[in-house]
Amino acid sequence: MCLAVPMRVIAVRGVENDFTIPQVGVVEAQGIEKEVRLDLVDRWPEIGDYLIIHAGFAIHTLDAADAETNLRLLREMADGVRAGAGGEKQ
Amino acid sequence: MKYVSEFRDKKYIVPLVDELRKTIDRPLRIMEVCGTHTMAIFRHGLRSLMPEGLELISGPGCPVCVTSSAHIDGFIEVANREGVRVAIFGDLFRVPGSQGSLARAQSMGAQVEVVYSPMDALTLAGKYPQQMTVFLSVGFETTIPLVAATILEAERLKVDNFAVFSAHKIMPPALTALLGDPELRLDGLLCPGHVSTIIGAAAYEPLAANYRLSCVVAGFEPVDVLQAIIMLARQAREGRAEVENAYGRAVSWQGNLRAQKLMHDVFEPVDCQWRGLGTIPASGMAIREPFSRFDAEKRFAIRLTETPEPKGCLCGQILKGRKSPADCPLFAGRCTPVNPVGPCMVSSEGTCAAHYRFGLAG
Repeated sequence: MCLAVPMRVIAVRGVENDFTIPQVGVVEAQGIEKEVRLDLVDRWPEIGDYLIIHAGFAIHTLDAADAETNLRLLREMADGVRAGAGGEKQ
Repeated sequence: MKYVSEFRDKKYIVPLVDELRKTIDRPLRIMEVCGTHTMAIFRHGLRSLMPEGLELISGPGCPVCVTSSAHIDGFIEVANREGVRVAIFGDLFRVPGSQGSLARAQSMGAQVEVVYSPMDALTLAGKYPQQMTVFLSVGFETTIPLVAATILEAERLKVDNFAVFSAHKIMPPALTALLGDPELRLDGLLCPGHVSTIIGAAAYEPLAANYRLSCVVAGFEPVDVLQAIIMLARQAREGRAEVENAYGRAVSWQGNLRAQKLMHDVFEPVDCQWRGLGTIPASGMAIREPFSRFDAEKRFAIRLTETPEPKGCLCGQILKGRKSPADCPLFAGRCTPVNPVGPCMVSSEGTCAAHYRFGLAG
C-alpha cells in the first residue's frame, strides 16, 4: 500500500508556500502523464526533477547527489568493498 | 528511466548474493515491516537466494492487514447510513469485519467507491453535494500526511459534506510493542521505505539503542533489499546495532519535515487497536479538535467494539512474526484469496496472500 514510484516533472503550477491556490505538478513516467499535488513535497521541484509519488501526492523530490551516493554504495557492495560502505548517516 | 533502471540492473544480483553468503557467520532472523517489501521479496524470488541460516519473516507492515475488525465494522456502519457515500483504497474492499465486508455492504445497497487518492474522495464530495462523502482511511505515515492535506483543502474550500474515518496507525509504537515480545528474537529490522521517506531514518534510533537491534532502511528493488540485508548481516558480524540507510535516494535522516508537520497539525496520537497486536498506546492518529467537523467517527457517533478474531485464523500470530502462513489450519483450504477469512489473505500485500500466490502453501 505504501508503494510509490519516481516520476519526472514536466510542469509546475502553483507557488511554494502559497496554499491559497492548488499546488500541482504534472509528472510523467513511461508515457503516462499525471497531475499530482505538491502540498507535501520536501523540496519544491524544478522541471526535470524526479518526484516520488504516492496516492496522487509527491512525497519526495529526488536529489541527484543522494541517488548517486546510493548507487555508489551499491556498486561498492557488489564489488565486495567493505571499508566506508556502512550506509549514509547524514 | 532515471533513478529506476540503474537500481534494476541484474548484473548486481549475483555479486550481492555472493557478498551476503560471505558476510553471514551465524543464523540470522530478519523481519521486514512493510507490505511492499513482503511483495518485492516474493515477487523477485529473493527468498530462494537467501543463504542457509538467514530467515526472513514478515511483521505487521500491511496497513490493511492490521486494521482491526472493530474498525471494519465501524466502516460498514458508516457506509450503511442514509445519504452516505464512502470512498476507500481498493485493498480495503473485501476485508472481513465481524459482520461481513464493505464488498458485502455494497452488494446490499451501500455506496462504496474505490479511489486512488484521498483527494479523489474530496472530488466526489463536490460531485454529490446532496450526500456526505466519507473517506474510510487506513494507512501508515506514508498516507496520513496526504489525508491531512486533503482535510486542509476541504477546509479551504469550505466543503461541509466531506469527512474522514481515521483508522490510521503509526509505525514506531507498534515496533516498540513488538520488540517487547521475548519470543521474537530478532537480529535485524528491514525498515520500511516510504514510511521512512516521511519519518526519516532517525525514527529508528530508539529501537537500535533500547533493544540493541540493527535497523536498515531499504528500498523496493531487488538490489535495494539485498543491499539492506547485507548491511544488517555486516552489523551482526561486527556486533553493531545501528540505524543505517540503504535507500538514500528516497529517505533522508530527518525525513520529510513538511509532511510531518502537516500530519501533526491535523492529527494527534491516540491509543489504537491493531489486528493481532491488540491495543497499542499512542499508535493511532485521530483528527484534532479544530478539525472535528471532518471527523466521521464523531459526526456519526460511532463506537468501536472489540470483536473476536475468526475461529482458527492465525493472522494475529502471523502479524507478530510468531507463525508462518503454513502453520495456519485455514491456509489454502478454507482461506484463499478468493474466499479470505483473515486480512493477511485479503490484502495483495498480506503475508498469507504472498505465500499463497507464490506457491509456498506447503
